[in-house]
Amino acid sequence: MRNLRALALRLSGLFRPRRADADFAAELESHVALHTDDGIRAGLTPQEARRQALIRLGGAEQTRQAYRERSRLPFLETLGQDVAYCFRVLRKNPSFALITLTTLALGIGANTALFSIVNSVLLNPLPYPRPAELVAVHESKANFEQGSISYPNFRDWQRDNNTLAALAISHQRRFTLTGTGAAERVPGDYVSSDFFPILGIKPVLGRLFAPGEDEIGRSPLVLISAGFWARKFASKPDVVGKTLTLDGRDFTIVGVLPGDFDLSVGNFIHGDIYVPIGQWQQPALNNRFAGLGLHGIARLKPGVTIAQAQADMNGVSDRLAVAFPQADHGIRAKLVSLRQSVVGDVQPLLLVLLGAVGFVLLIACVNVANLQLVRSSERAQEFAVRSALGAGRMRIVRQMLTESTMLALAGGALGLMLASWGTRAVLKLVPVALPRASHIHLSVPVLCFTFVVSLAVGILFGLLPAWKVSRQNLQNTLKEAGRGVRGTRHRTQDLLVVFEMAMALVLLAGAGLMIRSMIALSNVDPGFDPHGITTFSLAAPPSMTTASPDAVRAYYREVDRRIMQVPGVEGISLMNGSLPMTGSDDERLFWLENEARPTNKNDMHWALDYTVEPDYLRMMRIPLQRGRFFTEADNQHAPTVVLIDEVFAQKYFSNQDPIGKHINLDGYNQQATVIGVAGHVIQWGLDNDASFPLHAQIYLPFLQMSDGDMSFQDGLGTDVVIRSRSDSVSTMSDMQRVLRQMNQEQVVYSAETMNQLIADSLAARRFSLILLGLFAGLALLLATVGIYGVISYLVSQRTQEIGIRMALGADRVHVLRWVLKAGGRLALIGVGAGLAAALALTQVMASSSMLYGVRAYDPWTLIAVTTLLVTVALAACYIPARRAMHIDPIQAFRTE
Amino acid sequence: MGDKTDVWQGTLALMVLRTLETLGPLHGYGLARRIEQTSGDLLQLNYGTLYPALLKLEQEGFIHSRWGTSENNRRAKFYELTKAGHRQLKKAAAEWEQATAILSRFLTPAEEA
Repeated sequence: MRNLRALALRLSGLFRPRRADADFAAELESHVALHTDDGIRAGLTPQEARRQALIRLGGAEQTRQAYRERSRLPFLETLGQDVAYCFRVLRKNPSFALITLTTLALGIGANTALFSIVNSVLLNPLPYPRPAELVAVHESKANFEQGSISYPNFRDWQRDNNTLAALAISHQRRFTLTGTGAAERVPGDYVSSDFFPILGIKPVLGRLFAPGEDEIGRSPLVLISAGFWARKFASKPDVVGKTLTLDGRDFTIVGVLPGDFDLSVGNFIHGDIYVPIGQWQQPALNNRFAGLGLHGIARLKPGVTIAQAQADMNGVSDRLAVAFPQADHGIRAKLVSLRQSVVGDVQPLLLVLLGAVGFVLLIACVNVANLQLVRSSERAQEFAVRSALGAGRMRIVRQMLTESTMLALAGGALGLMLASWGTRAVLKLVPVALPRASHIHLSVPVLCFTFVVSLAVGILFGLLPAWKVSRQNLQNTLKEAGRGVRGTRHRTQDLLVVFEMAMALVLLAGAGLMIRSMIALSNVDPGFDPHGITTFSLAAPPSMTTASPDAVRAYYREVDRRIMQVPGVEGISLMNGSLPMTGSDDERLFWLENEARPTNKNDMHWALDYTVEPDYLRMMRIPLQRGRFFTEADNQHAPTVVLIDEVFAQKYFSNQDPIGKHINLDGYNQQATVIGVAGHVIQWGLDNDASFPLHAQIYLPFLQMSDGDMSFQDGLGTDVVIRSRSDSVSTMSDMQRVLRQMNQEQVVYSAETMNQLIADSLAARRFSLILLGLFAGLALLLATVGIYGVISYLVSQRTQEIGIRMALGADRVHVLRWVLKAGGRLALIGVGAGLAAALALTQVMASSSMLYGVRAYDPWTLIAVTTLLVTVALAACYIPARRAMHIDPIQAFRTE
Repeated sequence: MGDKTDVWQGTLALMVLRTLETLGPLHGYGLARRIEQTSGDLLQLNYGTLYPALLKLEQEGFIHSRWGTSENNRRAKFYELTKAGHRQLKKAAAEWEQATAILSRFLTPAEEA
């Protein structure tokens, strides 16, 4: 306490130094006067008495200094002086200040922007209480490590486990909303009651679903999002208890979720409408085998690890497999940390980018250190004079440190501005590839991060020159009259430039490999022609929910007819099952003609199922390799036929002609005849198709769908694929109009061109390509500035030497070659070191599957980036080299 | 010990506090003289060193100062003990006595042995 009080007084002393000094002078004066009085009383002459008094007081100046130091904080005072001095110096040398600040701002800005993203995506992806306890739950089965859970299994898992505090499932779904203006398709999810409590979500109005309300046969309830509440009900509090008409049924609103709820994980995507899972009118819901796209989340009991919970769930699954061998043989619950599920593939990508941006910051620091070094040698004279006048070594080091720290802080502030702009710009590049993109903003930890980085940079690049200056030989420096110290200083600078070059090469190599991957991907043949293809979904009017299969077929025929009337449409196919590149997939189970029916569904063969209309193959321009495609005649009255792809043919009929063979389809009463073989189509995505286990494809005629599938009972949506001549925007608005004319309550939604879907699937890759390219460009620029600075410094220091050489007969080309050689040597050493580092670091990219169709040590890429770097470096050296070439020997001597 | 010796900081503060307690408000010169006298002229203060010590005590709140007039009509700054100063004196004196008592046990020849 006492010390604090004293500190406060001393701090306040800083602000009124004059008054305190005057007060103390008066006190000393009174002291001397009193002492002199005593002396006179003792018989001394006034002069002698005063002399004695002054002697006994001790050195007046030392006393005053001691008093001053006690009354204020001398450390802060010199700091103030340093800061003021620093401003003066920087104002005198604005180009240095400008380059340093820009360099630092770019480095720190890029770092902060990326760290903001990493912070929200990787470090803090789940804004829920105790996020480490949250897990995603799937059903692992043949072909699908993380497959969907059947509803009966979910209920049994929920009841039988001992390690989960709660388990919930969800299913993403769109609903047709009618009765509130024009019919619209609203995104939402079916959820079980525990879903929101597991995440710790509290409703802003009303309540959540109570336990049991999610079971089959309970009354229809609905929770709405805050956004939907605002849009449809102007955020009025009387919304609870009102009804919404979804897919033709009335649901009672029980509550409103908070506006910041935006979880997107696996198959759950936050929407506007949440309905209890038991309300799903899906006949197969209670079928233990059905994979209906249900996925789960759970919260572990406190203290339970994922491994323990997984072991517990394995036990539960195994008991169910014994109880239900037909459906549950080989089926297990699969737990994955929710953080892992949310962050997923983005983690390695962001870490690589973070590494890259760290390199940029390092290069920026090195550049600034180099600039400081050059400047400090120019200022060696100044420092030598100052030490000759009595400045201590520490005092000079501190002066330099103050300067660099100030620059770093200013650079940090500029960088922060750059970062807040940059973060937004980066997010615009790719909104979909990043989970929780809406949560990314500059946060307090990020601010601290920038502050620490800029301070660390300041100390880092301030220390080196300061250390050098403090060690230099005073006399030599004064003798050299401002030419500075040679030798070691150059070696340090050279080292820094080599370092910069090496890091720039690593970044360029990384960016080059990404570009090569992108080119390789753009040459991948997806197996169909995506140009002109648009996919969308059509929600049938809610009144169709109870329609008979024949009525549904009639409805589809009418839809087909209407769509073909839309101007520009060249082909159309209604789709069921999988759709390439959209992320929607469905599987058909089958067994071959000569095989016995497997007792267990999981022992059947699996193939991707495309249930399409006769125009599909021609429209998608998928090559038909043999046989024929479906015709209108392959309808519900004709024998069942299928078409297979080349992978299917190879896998199941290796050497035989598949045409005319029969296969047994699960869910069909009669055997199907193979009538043709089509080319393989990439289903899962251009770059990651190989990582999925399932590739065999089977096509079924749309009109031969079973009566159970010819129904809108479990949902109104149908996928549609069209090929159109004109641009898709006007076609889609015509489509919208035509289908609304057919029925007001029929909605077109989720329209996307196939080109867009393919581009989206590469969005994460493009995002990292753009950023990495940006960072590499930045690194190249900074390294160029670095080598330019060093070589121009070299030329300016050697002006005299060059003059002598020229006077002695060296020609200009010789001088030019000499300078270029000095620069080229640095560049080449840097490139050599960089190549070694690049070979190591690009392995990281390869192992995190950022590369496609190109090896980590791709020689062409390495040759290209090396050439680029050396060329740019030599170009940067050419400017000072020309200056050296045009040195006038006479002039060079005269300036000496 | 030499007949005149320098005073070190901690004890100087204690001497200042004690002197102020005994004599009441004093100016810097009077305080210095008084300390010398009390020490039987064994201590010879460099008077200048007294003032930073006084400033420190004042910053710590143990004494406070005001300008006044001396007995021979000179303007002088007078120092006076505060309540905290009284407490501090008691505490420091006790500590000092204990320290010297312990030390003297080491320095006086052991009688029992």
